[in-house]
Amino acid sequence: MAELSVSVVSADHEVWSGKAKQIIARTTEGEIGILPGHEPILAILGTGDVRVTTVDGQVVTASADDGFLSVEHDTVTVVARNAELAAQG
Amino acid sequence: MGAQLRVYRQKIRAAQTTKKITRAMELISASRIQKAQQRVAASGPYSRAVTRAVSAVATFSNVDHVLTTEPEKIERAAIVIFSSDRGLAGAFNANVLREAGELAARLTGEGKEVVYYLVGRKAAAYFAFRRRDSEQIWTGGTDSPEFATAKEIGDAVVAKFLQPASEGGVDEIHIVFNRFVSMLVQEPEVVRLLPLEVVEGVEAPEPSEVLPLYEFEPEVGDVLDALLPVYIESRIFNAMLQSAAAKHAATQKAMKAASDNADKLIRTYTTLANNARQSEITQQISEIVGGADALSSAK
Repeated sequence: MAELSVSVVSADHEVWSGKAKQIIARTTEGEIGILPGHEPILAILGTGDVRVTTVDGQVVTASADDGFLSVEHDTVTVVARNAELAAQG
Repeated sequence: MGAQLRVYRQKIRAAQTTKKITRAMELISASRIQKAQQRVAASGPYSRAVTRAVSAVATFSNVDHVLTTEPEKIERAAIVIFSSDRGLAGAFNANVLREAGELAARLTGEGKEVVYYLVGRKAAAYFAFRRRDSEQIWTGGTDSPEFATAKEIGDAVVAKFLQPASEGGVDEIHIVFNRFVSMLVQEPEVVRLLPLEVVEGVEAPEPSEVLPLYEFEPEVGDVLDALLPVYIESRIFNAMLQSAAAKHAATQKAMKAASDNADKLIRTYTTLANNARQSEITQQISEIVGGADALSSAK
């Protein structure tokens, strides 16, 4: 199955990276869900969490304010000045 | 002990004390280079992602945006100079200031007025001493730059850029900083930040091959509005980190040279002191022998 390679980066370090099945984020326009094969998109993130469902079914939640999200060829980059992992579970 | 000998011994002691200090500073900066380099590396993914996104927008959208279009006539240009807070780093600050001076001369030659933004105490002192004006100064914390400072600088220059030239705004922004090439080489580098020249990540615009066609959310213009300040900040932050790493490397090199020179001095003075001691002894012996001779011949 196709999977997404995701990286969450903040200004001074890479917060999280890995393979994922699905990503849900909140942009300025509303919630967006990204699955493998999504068209290339560049979106500005609104306030809210980014939820990444990893390949083994875990959900990683990261708070990423003030950033953007780019998707291309199943590579997702979440970029924010202040990004932090909220909880894992 | 003869006066000559005492002078040499004093000099040797002075050189030894200095050497202890320079050696300690050398070790400190050596350990800090590592950390500074790690920070440069750690900020890499962010600036790569931002640069890539900005180039994607800039190449694909045909929108005219203030930050990307080149004004017809450039009246004023801003130069941001990244120096360090402390000296003892060889030609580190001199290099960056000279480079900035050359850039300023070139820009003035093109009929542009130059305004300065200074980072680091050394650049501030240089300008204060020559009674030159600067727009804004940031000092402190050049050894381990904070992103907040980069954001502040970014906000300040972008705000100035968005001001119309008739109200004192600038039309061009250049940054001058020392780039960390290797432990031994640090090079001053000039980059024009605005109007945008995205250099990293994209080659000649052959759209469909290099980057995919993006959808933008919300609108292209809004995305660009939000992205460009971020891009500027990340470039400035990168320059600050590079400059910090380069500063530590330059200090290490300078302090190593200083310790080596102290060694050389100690060796020279030790030889001289030994000579002085020997000639003192020789003189004393000949005095004793001469005295004994005089006494025995007097009898």
